Amino acid sequence: MEGSLPFDEFGLGWLDASGEHPDIVLSTRVRLARNLQGFAFGPRARVNDRAAVLERVRAACGRVPLLQGGHVQELSALNPRGRRILLERRLASRDLVEDNGTSPPRGTAVVVSPDRPLSMMVNEEDHLRLQTLFSGLRLQDAWDLLDDLDEELGREVAFAYHPEFGFLTSCPTNVGTGLRASVLMHLPALVLTKEIGKVLQGLGQVGLTYRGLYGEGSEVVGNFFQVSNQTTLGKSEEDLVDHLDRIVRQVIHYETQARQVLLRDAVGVTEDKIWRAYGLLRYARSLSFSELMNLLSGVRLGASLKLLPGLRVYSLNKIVIFTQAAHLEEAAGRDLSPAETDVHRASFVRRILAAEGAVTPDDEPSDGGATPGQTR
Amino acid sequence: MTCHNCGSEKAVVHLTQIVDHEMRTLHLCERCAAEKGLETSTVPENFPLTDLLAQLGREERSTVADGSPSGCAFCGLTFQQFKESGRLGCPHCWSTFEGHLRGLVRRIHGGSQHVGKVYLSPDPTVTEREKRVETLRKKLVRAVELEDFERAAEIRDEIRDMEPA
Repeated sequence: MEGSLPFDEFGLGWLDASGEHPDIVLSTRVRLARNLQGFAFGPRARVNDRAAVLERVRAACGRVPLLQGGHVQELSALNPRGRRILLERRLASRDLVEDNGTSPPRGTAVVVSPDRPLSMMVNEEDHLRLQTLFSGLRLQDAWDLLDDLDEELGREVAFAYHPEFGFLTSCPTNVGTGLRASVLMHLPALVLTKEIGKVLQGLGQVGLTYRGLYGEGSEVVGNFFQVSNQTTLGKSEEDLVDHLDRIVRQVIHYETQARQVLLRDAVGVTEDKIWRAYGLLRYARSLSFSELMNLLSGVRLGASLKLLPGLRVYSLNKIVIFTQAAHLEEAAGRDLSPAETDVHRASFVRRILAAEGAVTPDDEPSDGGATPGQTR
Repeated sequence: MTCHNCGSEKAVVHLTQIVDHEMRTLHLCERCAAEKGLETSTVPENFPLTDLLAQLGREERSTVADGSPSGCAFCGLTFQQFKESGRLGCPHCWSTFEGHLRGLVRRIHGGSQHVGKVYLSPDPTVTEREKRVETLRKKLVRAVELEDFERAAEIRDEIRDMEPA
């Protein structure tokens, strides 16, 4: 149902809910900013510069073992919907895709590996943004794989590097390692118990920062927080990754504790919230993306706490990606008005939840009452 | 207490200075303090790049001609343009504006010396090679600690290839 994108399911391996703590951590991402010697950076690059950078990268990709058989997708060759799909799959940034009615700058491209969770943006703010995206919490694996790609690529093209400042970038906030590691976390219990403020403040004190689902500048929806390192210079890549890993595990611990508090002190209210959310998702005929994300947060919490037994995290992950506007349009095979999009979204969610089968708690009280979860 | 400078706002910054062996205390409101380039204690931990860039010109005006016409010889970016956009134009800009950037990088990252991977350009110098071997050794230790022996073997081979026979 993904339509005709050249990548089919590419970049969606992280949905499979493998890795550690998949119910709390959706995905782990690591990216490296790299630039080529001898060319102006993205914002100042002339068309010829960008074309030359892309040609070098294209040639290098053919020789880099990790990208063998990979696909170089120029953004100008995609229609606007195809570009938005890349954004929704987190393979391209808003800057790279920018949908302002004109086609994206020449030379901008996304490179994807055929069989590994590796991709690369070409001619964004920096010449190259290498990234890897894993399911659950897998920072070490993500870094090791990306490190390998960086090594292989660095032998084929000459990176801009300075003995003091490290890897040179367009923006001084990325210089040094050029590394940004981020973990997408679902923290509903910390939000419900109003402990989240303290946690987020704590992140700032230990050199980490947080963003919403779509990275920089995006707001937090559905209690999803993207936690990442704030600084990129002065620590080794391993230290940056290890530090984030340690703190994320701490946050997971707090979230787990907060969930226990909910179950202990407010089980009735929590169950009610979760079942209402499930009921709405299971039967609604129209859903906006933000409403969906809020309800999905409750359902995800329910699945994690086994209050909604039988729901797979994988299916909930799938809903997050495939209910975004461009994915719904691709599935429908045509453009959709906002109202139509909401209808298609609700229909997709109903189909996924129906396919999950009956969701019935083991301890269903005998006094009956309407149970939104009894399907079919 | 009202601000000594504007006389209207409430003074929140109290600065004690010793000038010519004489102690003076200035009481300023937040805006006047900011105009004088003083940071108040309420400055957040992660202040945005734009604020740092605004500070950048101010303090370096005394030593370096601000927005000097001699921009980057490679891409033509002037320092003023960098201050406005927050983005450098090319790798050479980092050398052109090295002095300014060192201070800025320190404020953003807490230091200016990269301690991560050492990149070996296709035609490396001896020092570069040595530094590179050093980082590889650290990586080797880490791989062994994580019991990733396959990776450790690869790194060991790479070290062997780089060291003189």
